[in-house]
Amino acid sequence: MADPLAHTAHDDAPLSSAKNPDVEAATDLGARKGDVLIGRTVTIDKPRETLYAFWRDFTNLPRFMHHIRSVTVTSAEHSHWVVEAPGGRSVEWDSQITEDRPGETIAWRSREGAAVRNSGRVDFADSPDGRGSLVTVTFAYDPPGGAVGKAIAKLFQEEPKIQARRDLRRFKQLMETGEVSTARAPDAAPRA
Amino acid sequence: MRALTWHGKHDVRVDSVPDPKIVNPRDAIIQITSTAICGSDLHLYDHTIPTMKAGDVLGHEFMGEVLEVGPGNQKLKVGQRVVVPFVIACGQCFFCRQQQFAACDNSNPAETADMSEFLFGYPMTGAFGYSHLTGGYAGGQAEFVRVPFSDVGPIVIPEGIEDEKVLFLSDILPTGWMAAVNCEIKPQETVAVWGCGPVGLFAIQSARVLGAHRVIAIDHYPHRLDLAKSLGAEVINFEEVNVREALVEMTGGIGPDACIDAVGMESHGVTADSVMDKVKSTVGLVTDQTHGLRQVILACRKGGRISIPGVYGGVTDKFPIGALMEKGLSVKSGQTHVQKYTQELLDLILNHKLDTTFLISHRLSLEDAPEGYKMFKERQNEVTKVVLKPGMTRH
Repeated sequence: MADPLAHTAHDDAPLSSAKNPDVEAATDLGARKGDVLIGRTVTIDKPRETLYAFWRDFTNLPRFMHHIRSVTVTSAEHSHWVVEAPGGRSVEWDSQITEDRPGETIAWRSREGAAVRNSGRVDFADSPDGRGSLVTVTFAYDPPGGAVGKAIAKLFQEEPKIQARRDLRRFKQLMETGEVSTARAPDAAPRA
Repeated sequence: MRALTWHGKHDVRVDSVPDPKIVNPRDAIIQITSTAICGSDLHLYDHTIPTMKAGDVLGHEFMGEVLEVGPGNQKLKVGQRVVVPFVIACGQCFFCRQQQFAACDNSNPAETADMSEFLFGYPMTGAFGYSHLTGGYAGGQAEFVRVPFSDVGPIVIPEGIEDEKVLFLSDILPTGWMAAVNCEIKPQETVAVWGCGPVGLFAIQSARVLGAHRVIAIDHYPHRLDLAKSLGAEVINFEEVNVREALVEMTGGIGPDACIDAVGMESHGVTADSVMDKVKSTVGLVTDQTHGLRQVILACRKGGRISIPGVYGGVTDKFPIGALMEKGLSVKSGQTHVQKYTQELLDLILNHKLDTTFLISHRLSLEDAPEGYKMFKERQNEVTKVVLKPGMTRH
């Protein structure tokens, strides 16, 4: 997999784990200097074709991406997203699929005029250890309000990196067990 | 329903809370007939485990009757009597498939998994009634409980076997058993066990079943030492005797081959309540008290094995890493993979090779649970195990 996202310049670690990632080097993402880069991988014990098919139907995404208020598919390539933002607000944008290889990759980019410019990809690969499939989400976004906005989002635990980690965890739960684990009060976990 | 809830340090109360419901297809609702207070619950009682919230329902050692089963569970039937493992396992992730059920990757909800991932490097499994680190699931010191992935964990108990004979399959018996299994006991070997609480006592019992030639038990409560003796152990009272010297002498100068730390964190523990709010700061981690573990490492023979079922949560200092390395010790530890051992242990119980009822010193109604916590903490010599009965009327 010859992929500019796969490695930093000097070792085999993914670009998203670099201390000072050169986001512009990730030409596939179309990221710009100053963008935040996030990457996360999970191993899911299901065939990658199954995982791809579930993800590709964007109406499935709210089942494990809990910060999505709505996603509306408007054409084969275009969709409209409404997503929760810190402070109870929401942001919305139009997104375009830039790459779609069944069983392998879905890549997207927000269209002109997006409230938060973002681009990303999800890659599905066979686990080299025979443990199922690797699902890797990588995305870059232009943080609202620059460095100050990022600090505020962090405090409210709504930073996209945390959300991405949680979303992938829920995706794994849903695919492997058929359920999303919950202990939400009162029904799933009564409390005083 | 009535449930034992946490409200702060040394403040547990029996409150009326909503009944649990089937939320996910593989859930089941159990009506609880017996439930116990665990030594680990005392860490919650002492508030040395972070991420507790007022109103949390406690309890992770419980059994009862299946009241309701979700549509996704093909195994359990309404009316069956089950003991429920304290760790929640999905059965399908990489770890469950290797029978490392206490490392399940899917049972801790995504919202709470971050915290233990930050603390430990990877997220902990979900468990019942044991802080929001393990998911914030309501525990079983209550009248009813919701059991996720109920087609994986609960073990069905045949009719005619009373609760007290099997209740401890939920946690402490498999914990003592796994501690002994982790000793990799070979013929003619001597196992030393620190701590004669419930886990230590079951570890002694298990070590003998698994073929230990001798078991030497260390504690200071006379009644607990008597119980250890009744299980076939030789005993050392650490208040009166120099433990390391005694062990050297009792093993002909070689040292015990395998050593079990069934003490764990005692009065000190992780106190970083701010862990929930801060993502990246390592703040205020008080060191775990590891006097017992230090002694275990120094007392074990060269090339021997250390087994740690005792619960720890944070970091420690003055750890004899030099002794561990220079003597070539192996260490095995972990939360118990309960589901791996329940069938085997149930068979041993049904065949009268193991009896755990000797441990129970007190039986109380659920309404008296706060007194149960207090006595378990303050009178550790005579209070060895408190079992709560939700059906019992209070005194």
